[in-house]
Amino acid sequence: MRIGVYVCECGKNISATVDVEKVVDYAKSLPNVAASRVYKYMCADPGQELIKKDIEELKLDKVIVAACSPRMHEPTFRAAIEDKGLNPYTLEIVNIREQVSWVHDDKKKGTKKAKSLVKSSVMRSALMEPLDRKKVGVTHKALVIGAGIAGIQAALDIAGSGYQVTLVEKTSSIGGKMAQLDKTFPTLDCSACILSPKMVEVGRNPNITLIANAEVEQVDGYVGNFKVKIKKKPRYVIEERCTMCDDCVPVCPVIVHDEYNENLSPRKAIYIAFPQAIPASYIINPDDCLGIDPLICSKCKDVCGPEAIDFDMKPEIIEDEFGAIVVATGFDTYPIENLGEYGQGNIPDVITGLEFERLISPGGPSTGDLRRPSDGKLVKNVVFIHCAGSRDPAKHLPYCSKICCMYSTKQALMFKHEVRDGTAVNFYIDIRTGGKDYEEFYQRAAEEAKVIYIRGKVSELIQDGDKILVKGVNTLTAETVELHADLVVLATGIIPSQGTKDIASVLRLSLGINGFIKEAHPKLKPVETSITGVFVAGCATGPKDIPETVSQAGRAAVRACNIIAQDEIEVEATIAHVDEILCRGCGICVGTCPYSAITLIDTKRFGNIYKVASVNEALCKGCGSCAAACLNGAINQFGFEDKQILAMIQALGEE
Amino acid sequence: MSYDYIEFGDTEKEFTSKIEEISGQNIFSCYQCGKCSAGCAFSNLMEKTINHTMQLVQLGKKEKVLQSNTHWVCASCLTCTVRCPREIDVAAVMEAIREYTLRYEPETIERLDLPEELLKKIPNIALVGSFRKKSEL
Ligand SMILES: Cc1cc2nc3c(=O)[nH]c(=O)nc-3n(C[C@H](O)[C@H](O)[C@H](O)COP(=O)(O)OP(=O)(O)OC[C@H]3O[C@@H](n4cnc5c(N)ncnc54)[C@H](O)[C@@H]3O)c2cc1C
Ligand code: SF4
Ligand code: SF4
Ligand code: SF4
Ligand code: SF4
Repeated sequence: MRIGVYVCECGKNISATVDVEKVVDYAKSLPNVAASRVYKYMCADPGQELIKKDIEELKLDKVIVAACSPRMHEPTFRAAIEDKGLNPYTLEIVNIREQVSWVHDDKKKGTKKAKSLVKSSVMRSALMEPLDRKKVGVTHKALVIGAGIAGIQAALDIAGSGYQVTLVEKTSSIGGKMAQLDKTFPTLDCSACILSPKMVEVGRNPNITLIANAEVEQVDGYVGNFKVKIKKKPRYVIEERCTMCDDCVPVCPVIVHDEYNENLSPRKAIYIAFPQAIPASYIINPDDCLGIDPLICSKCKDVCGPEAIDFDMKPEIIEDEFGAIVVATGFDTYPIENLGEYGQGNIPDVITGLEFERLISPGGPSTGDLRRPSDGKLVKNVVFIHCAGSRDPAKHLPYCSKICCMYSTKQALMFKHEVRDGTAVNFYIDIRTGGKDYEEFYQRAAEEAKVIYIRGKVSELIQDGDKILVKGVNTLTAETVELHADLVVLATGIIPSQGTKDIASVLRLSLGINGFIKEAHPKLKPVETSITGVFVAGCATGPKDIPETVSQAGRAAVRACNIIAQDEIEVEATIAHVDEILCRGCGICVGTCPYSAITLIDTKRFGNIYKVASVNEALCKGCGSCAAACLNGAINQFGFEDKQILAMIQALGEE
Repeated sequence: MSYDYIEFGDTEKEFTSKIEEISGQNIFSCYQCGKCSAGCAFSNLMEKTINHTMQLVQLGKKEKVLQSNTHWVCASCLTCTVRCPREIDVAAVMEAIREYTLRYEPETIERLDLPEELLKKIPNIALVGSFRKKSEL
């Protein structure tokens, strides 16, 4: 056995707190160590060359690199030793940066700790065995869940690369929140005009299978081979037959709130979400309809010329396999009901940003000329309240919702374009305009449209006659201020949608503290998740504007294509394995495994059938939970065998 | 802390647009960075900072603007104008407030009303200037 130990200075990152020379000398005294060296940057080419040369000349069979976290450079050094014929899994990394130099400031103690860590790794290294990476086949098809702009873009990009993609949308139409917006910052182009061409393309693209009014119920399997169960709810209108003549709507006797218009207008039980909806077909909401029972009411069916209505439609379970999954399940806005000081939704003319988008839209409830909800009067002055719920760790959301400064500014500008002699006042804490052309847009709103900005948060809204009394402050003039408004718009914060939380639990994805889906790395892996082969795009990971959402969707699509383009992919080698003789079939490991990789199977021993644990090699992520949980020591993990861990502990104890 | 009721009625709008008209500046360009106040050599003598005055003009707060000595203390040195990141000629706004006062709230000066003591101290040019601006003749 010949082990080489390579200690990295990492510039001054490590050498300032660890006496690297001492560590190198110490390593030389350890058993089986044939070479021990230091270099300024081990990860740089000359550093790697040093290792490669030693492998060749000194006939090393194991390599230890004492440097940064294995998360950073394990792949680099594995590739380097593999280059010279060593098995990549015989590399051992000692993290003397994140776990030593960055957390200590006493050089003596740091050096001592680095030495013992190196010693424990030398002991483990001697026991390491070569491992093989297994390969699994891949289904050349992707699944995109959620069809807002993120999901639409991801599906189009995957389809554009020539792969089959299935797009599943919960509601009756694709489009998401963007379909509800009137105009978009920073260009003020109409949202529908830029969105609908993409929606039409989704409907037309032969590589895209769209399943609307559906939800993903179950996902099994692993990267390359996800087995998915999709529940398609009945639409009660046959999509292919519906000609969108609208004859059914006038005869339907049921009137309910229209969700697309944020409940500010009525719709019937049979309806289409909005004129440009895709799939281009009406739908009956069974909760609103008088019972999907022709005996009670079949008025719509009676008038439908093309006989598109089918009361007997049943839910459909669609089972399919996919190589990769993109989650694009978007956001909701912070509930106005939580904002007690702003009326909790009980003051009719205090509305949310999304409601404002609908009110000012020509296709909205007041057909464009901004009438307020309470009495339908035209609005002359509006107050926009920024950070409604955001940046309030004491009671609401701790974070900045990122897009609301911009959308409030946009809405104030749109209002001023509509009502030239009106007044728009924005109460803000800070104006955040981080985006291309965003600052210019904000300055334009103030300069050209004379939108007023008052720095300070509103503390209370009170109905006062037919106006709303706004009690605020101007922190720049150091005055408490009051004013009366016709309409108040709350820039309610961005929160993960219910659908995002639901799909996270179906897929067992990790969530961050604020409930958004957690990225594998906040900077370098922004669309990757805790599960290999599952990607995420758009507001499902946090507040985003449209440009950012679209770029994320593109990256998620590329990452999904990286997988489905291959015929087979390698899976992790450091996985769990069961010693069937020791296993008693208690099943503790089954419940412990966070990835559902273990099942109990029947095995024949001494003529009898016994239950034993069995690990699905493609599902196992090598977390080691089962190995720690097994009371009989029957599960071990390749690369982290009990004997190796014990050798490390023993070495550390000897200090 | 003082209190203010904000309103955007005709009086407020007229005041703001008159100041804009006289100064030729877009008052709403001001985003309250405060650089004008920071650089003004006379800020310490002003009752309200310059940016405060700018905000009050945006809000149409005529009384508060005119009550303050800010625009009278201004020496028209143009430091604020040169430094304003929004390219506002701030000194012109100060000048416009002075002009506004004189145009709309003329205070007539009667020579006979002035105390003898004062007349001894006041430079002649100041008297002539005041007569031109403020006498009813
Ligand atoms: C008032 C307001 C104004 C805005 N104005 C602008 C603007 O002017 N410019 C700009 O750039 N951005 C603007 N935005 C931001 C913009 O709306 C978002 O960036 C964008 O909508 C994010 O798209 P998304 O696809 O990630 O999410 P969403 O639009 O929320 O789409 C998510 C989709 O997934 C579906 N879904 C959810 N859960 C499931 C599930 N479990 N299974 C299947 N489907 C599911 C939903 O039904 C929905 O269709 C504004 C936002 C608001 C609130
Ligand atoms: S973007 Fe602006 S309005 Fe929204 S939370 Fe952040 S600071 Fe507040
Ligand atoms: S190592 Fe982790 S992922 Fe693998 S089977 Fe055990 S518990 Fe599951
Ligand atoms: S011009 Fe007036 S306000 Fe501006 S810096 Fe000079 S003295 Fe101050
Ligand atoms: S420097 Fe210009 S933008 Fe800044 S506060 Fe003064 S007038 Fe406003």
